[in-house]
Amino acid sequence: MSTVRSEIAAGFDVQKVREDFPVLKQTIHGMPLVYLDSAATAQKPFAVIDAIRKFHEVDCANIHRGVHELSQRSTAAYEETRSKARRFLNARFTNELIFVRGTTEGINLVSSSWGRHNVKTGDEIVISAMEHHSNIVPWQMLCEEQGAKLRVIPMNDRGELILEEYQKLLNPRTRMVAVTHVSNALGTINPVRQIIEMAHQAGALALIDGAQAAPHMKVDVQALDADFYAISGHKVVGPTGIGILYGKTALLNAMPPYQGGGDMIKTVTFEKTTYADLPYKFEAGTPNIAGGIGLGAAFDYLTHLGLDQIAAYEHELLLYGTEALLRIPGLRIIGTAREKAAVLSFVIEGIHPHDIGTVLDRQGIAVRTGHHCAQPVMDWFHVPATTRASLAFYNTTAEIDALTAGLKKVKEIFS
Amino acid sequence: MVDDLYQETILDHTKHPRNCHAMADATRSAEGYNPLCGDKLKLFIKMEGDVVKDASFLGSGCAISTASASLMTESLKGKTRDEALKLLEKFHDLLTTDSPVTKDMGKLVVFCGVRDYPARVKCATLAWHTLKTALNGTPETVTTE
Ligand SMILES: Cc1ncc(COP(=O)(O)O)c(C=O)c1O
Repeated sequence: MSTVRSEIAAGFDVQKVREDFPVLKQTIHGMPLVYLDSAATAQKPFAVIDAIRKFHEVDCANIHRGVHELSQRSTAAYEETRSKARRFLNARFTNELIFVRGTTEGINLVSSSWGRHNVKTGDEIVISAMEHHSNIVPWQMLCEEQGAKLRVIPMNDRGELILEEYQKLLNPRTRMVAVTHVSNALGTINPVRQIIEMAHQAGALALIDGAQAAPHMKVDVQALDADFYAISGHKVVGPTGIGILYGKTALLNAMPPYQGGGDMIKTVTFEKTTYADLPYKFEAGTPNIAGGIGLGAAFDYLTHLGLDQIAAYEHELLLYGTEALLRIPGLRIIGTAREKAAVLSFVIEGIHPHDIGTVLDRQGIAVRTGHHCAQPVMDWFHVPATTRASLAFYNTTAEIDALTAGLKKVKEIFS
Repeated sequence: MVDDLYQETILDHTKHPRNCHAMADATRSAEGYNPLCGDKLKLFIKMEGDVVKDASFLGSGCAISTASASLMTESLKGKTRDEALKLLEKFHDLLTTDSPVTKDMGKLVVFCGVRDYPARVKCATLAWHTLKTALNGTPETVTTE
């Protein structure tokens, strides 16, 4: 497997790929930009930038409402993204893909619409110890409102979920298991197929937070048998403010609308409103049309590069980066799961991540420092914060060398 | 470049923070928290009448916030409450405005480099925000948000 992977990776022309990303060609504080914060947001290729520009320059109109040419063009382009999302996630039906603002809104849609109707006093929701705040707080709010209980799958020292403990948490009161596919703070790739299967065996549903998985690996919601799967456009080299929530048809049909307004209705009188069919029932108001069209271009771009190629190349980067960082005395990598995406979260003895981030920035290197919206993860590892270098397919081993050189400078200043 | 921020005095106080201990006979104390970077700080003040007789702190934080707490506790001793609050204002101006650096700030001028690092202003002011809470006698945790 790993030799196949490295052969695929060897055929990946990263220099050519970098030409597609205008933002990468700049200097920061006089040094070439080294962007290692793609887990926060990915940079955008020309294909996406151009699609958004073309919409505003040539096709701009509201969707679903006009008989005129522009409205038809914009509607077609926007709806085409829904079909692309179906193929990208391998959903069965196009109307199972709901446009949302991002992963956060996707999760909130489910916790509000599905949650309020299906979770009762004494019921239980299961999440994991490595969730992003966006997959903790909505469930906490739901539990508080409905008198339900939130239970948490623990993890081990490597940052892997402990499935035996998960099994013990499942019981007839479990209604929902909401777990991340890939951890943004640790890089852990969770065995979500198995997690979903175990949830189903207990009679519960499963929502997967796919924010960090979708940019880095082939996702197949049918093979996973996920009930809900949420992603953010801006992490898959698309624009901000747009994302996709996948849900199984039967579940979505049974759920009440999330917000009321235009577009989500069939008929409105002051006595009664009938709601639109899927997916429009969940899409009230004028959406982020430009974002949706840009997201379509992003799906095309990643599909064209090949998710398997991307995953293989990024895995090589991860191995290279891990080895390079471990040569730095006093550095400890937080998150050493055996199945891991290209996230390098670390601490250096005696030096605060904030200072590391500042010194690296002055050398043109962009990393994220802090708790990464995962405070419970920081508490578990007894660190207030980490420095995180998150890699994407447009990063190079030379950039990892720049990072390690930058960290040497950090150590010089603070030792 | 980055040496403008991490001046020698700051590095010295980061590596060897002064007055970094609890104080059993403190008359006032307050806790500060910077949610952005997880920095936590507990400040102890001993007042005699209107004068700060002693000041100390405990906490874990970045180089800037640790050095700031260390230098602040040094500069407070012997100041009246009003003088301390005035110094706080001047310190804030030093970090956030282009006002010329005045001589009466003593060692605290080493923080003028923070001006060019807006993301770090909150690190430098955490101790001072906490001081304000302690002197005003509202005992809950302050945050820099
Ligand atoms: C694992 C994970 N889940 C959810 C989110 C939230 O995504 P968004 O802010 O795009 O809604 C993020 C983004 O930081 C994430 O990394």
